[in-house]
Amino acid sequence: MRRVAVLGAGITKFVRRAKETGKELSFEAARMALDSAGLELSDIQSVAEGTAPDAFDGLHMKAEYLSDGSGAFGKPYTRSYVGGGTGVFCGVHGWWHVASGMFDTCLVVGEEKMSSCFPHPQGAFLTIFDNFTERALGPNLVWIFALEMNRYMTRYNIKKEDVALVSVKNHGNALDHPSAQLGMKITVEDVLNSEVLAYPVQRLDISPTSDGAASLVLCSEEVARKYTDDPVFIDGVGWHLDTAYWTDRDLYYPRYVEKAAKMAYRMAKIDNPRKQIDFAEPYDPFDYKELHHMEGLQLCGKGEAPILTREGVTQRDGDLPTCPSGGALGVGNPIAATGVMKLCELFWQLRGEAGKRQVKNDPTTAVAQAWGDLMQVGTVVVMRRGGARP
Amino acid sequence: MPRVAIVGIGRTALRPLSSEISYKEMMFEAAVRAYEDAGVEPRKDIGSFVGVSEDFWEGTSIFDEYLPDQLGGALRPVCTIGNEGLHGLATAAMQIMTGLVKVAAVESHSKVSEVDRPQKVMQMAFDPILNRPLDFNPHVVAGLEMARFLGDSRSLRNDCARIVAKNRASGLDNPYAAYPAKLTPDQVLGSADAFSPLKELEMSAPADGAVVVVLASEKKAKELAGEPVWIDGMGWANDTPTLESRDWASARYARWSLAQASKMAGYGTKKADIFEIDDTYAYKEIQHAAALGICKAEDFRRYIEGSAPPINPSGGSLGCGHILDATGLFKLAEAVEQLRGTAGKRQVKGARRALVQSWRGVPTTSGAVVLLSNGDIGPTGAVKGAVA
Repeated sequence: MRRVAVLGAGITKFVRRAKETGKELSFEAARMALDSAGLELSDIQSVAEGTAPDAFDGLHMKAEYLSDGSGAFGKPYTRSYVGGGTGVFCGVHGWWHVASGMFDTCLVVGEEKMSSCFPHPQGAFLTIFDNFTERALGPNLVWIFALEMNRYMTRYNIKKEDVALVSVKNHGNALDHPSAQLGMKITVEDVLNSEVLAYPVQRLDISPTSDGAASLVLCSEEVARKYTDDPVFIDGVGWHLDTAYWTDRDLYYPRYVEKAAKMAYRMAKIDNPRKQIDFAEPYDPFDYKELHHMEGLQLCGKGEAPILTREGVTQRDGDLPTCPSGGALGVGNPIAATGVMKLCELFWQLRGEAGKRQVKNDPTTAVAQAWGDLMQVGTVVVMRRGGARP
Repeated sequence: MPRVAIVGIGRTALRPLSSEISYKEMMFEAAVRAYEDAGVEPRKDIGSFVGVSEDFWEGTSIFDEYLPDQLGGALRPVCTIGNEGLHGLATAAMQIMTGLVKVAAVESHSKVSEVDRPQKVMQMAFDPILNRPLDFNPHVVAGLEMARFLGDSRSLRNDCARIVAKNRASGLDNPYAAYPAKLTPDQVLGSADAFSPLKELEMSAPADGAVVVVLASEKKAKELAGEPVWIDGMGWANDTPTLESRDWASARYARWSLAQASKMAGYGTKKADIFEIDDTYAYKEIQHAAALGICKAEDFRRYIEGSAPPINPSGGSLGCGHILDATGLFKLAEAVEQLRGTAGKRQVKGARRALVQSWRGVPTTSGAVVLLSNGDIGPTGAVKGAVA
């Protein structure tokens, strides 16, 4: 299998309401990624776009509109889409462009401009439900995630205080991220005292809505070696989508994340993720999701993630840092851009370029993951610094 | 580069209305046919499922949620590509070429009969700042492009009407066609002005239908019972999305797509025995034929009336109906039938290679090209049994 390297990364600031259009946000992130790779657009052979529901930007065939902003004029261009899982899936999408041998370089762009959906982007989720069996009941996303959070907490007798620790950590980590929308020092009490949205989900349990874009330059190993002695590689990819009938599943455990992770680990020759993964960027649109996903990613046993969090293992200076970027909770959550932000964080951390966010365990292997649809999809990317493929 | 084969196709007949079945049932029908055709068990053999859809056409946000169940893809690698069907095909082919996936399925469908006002959906694809406030019917773009393309050529104008007569008549031999008809060019020119110079009958009519295609690696394809059709080349490209800065005269996206596909295949248009190319509007067939190097626009009539490889023997979108982003996969399925020699009354004798091309429609400049060959052509490109 052809090995694929990451050569550059770029990101815009994540904000509640950007003045720039989606095209401009895409351009800004793509330009930064190209600059950091030392490439020009003319070096790029293909473009892989990721962007979540068209209803956010209010644009039908959104990717066509975004294409020139993402550098795709005159180039092969596709858009992948797996709901909230789109961001990390962008990395998979770009990976097969290069790994297939079709292209030597691929520009990956994740964009979301949620603020165009007025008065609130939650409106874009009202029509995600089954039009026969569910839509008539008028559910929204926060409600169904409240069901999932409740089920998870009940199954393992998890206290809200323990879940809130994730929110405290990620908002705090984001203070060191120059793109962050919600970097702040908060306490467990702040989370527990924040407004109840749909119990047990409170305001500080949930990530903000955001505008932003993030980008990566992918290339073949041969190209990468011309630019750097110590490339970062995408050594594992995985994705799985569970049934749309979410009401028929036990929500306590994301088995689709487990399947996706195992697919990626098999490819990356990882047989003991707890030992072989140095840090992780699990998807954290809600604080409990980081815990849920750590378990799905096999980074700990079922029900153990809150314990690791309480013991400080997931802090930046811990044994297994999670969301050192600040995650969706702290950096912001422009859906498809968030996942690419997580891939950017893997790249920067593995290169030792994360500045104040740098984890302390000299990482060589890391995993990023995203989740979405009707609590249904897991997308996973494993990156590794340098060396031969194991 | 690793070879990828098409090992199964399944589709529903295209229809103007399909009110008695849901899109899920339509997808299921096409999928079962494709899996039967390929001889694969989806829960065991298929490593990746690729859907091609757009939320606004479906009336469902995050539509990719609803892909897995009726395709047999629940709790398996499933993703959606928001482009044309042939882009979805290229996606599945690339996944196989990585070595990660051995068998992949691609699905796309149209349930456009349930869309209240399709032109309102199309309008939402316009630039929200520069174009949408003008509030014009999106087909106006096609009318403008046709005017630019025709210039003051009366013969091209008449050729457009002939294409409608040709394609709808070809549809008479196609059991999958929704709009077969015997028409004369004069009847076409006598139809109502739609978006001048575009006449009502020069626009393909929308239809409902679903298509599923199964792809496999070379090794897997040879293990399966059926005769594979090989993907020799594939290319796809976007021109500018802005109306203000595009080349209105020629379909550059088709030319660029062909260049990529030909480079991969090692051969080009001249080797193809049949063409299934985009004819969303009648003039587009000529424009695309010119961009793909099939014939010059001014030679189109002579080309069609001669004995050269036929263009859209299926009846095209004008004869079969337009099924949104599934259109490219439908054309591909037609080409596969031709290369297998199973196209019935519309069979082109001795068809060994085919060129399939798609376009995403107004207001996009997104196109794709696939070059296919059957088992008569060896991996080196030589015709089997031929004396060098």
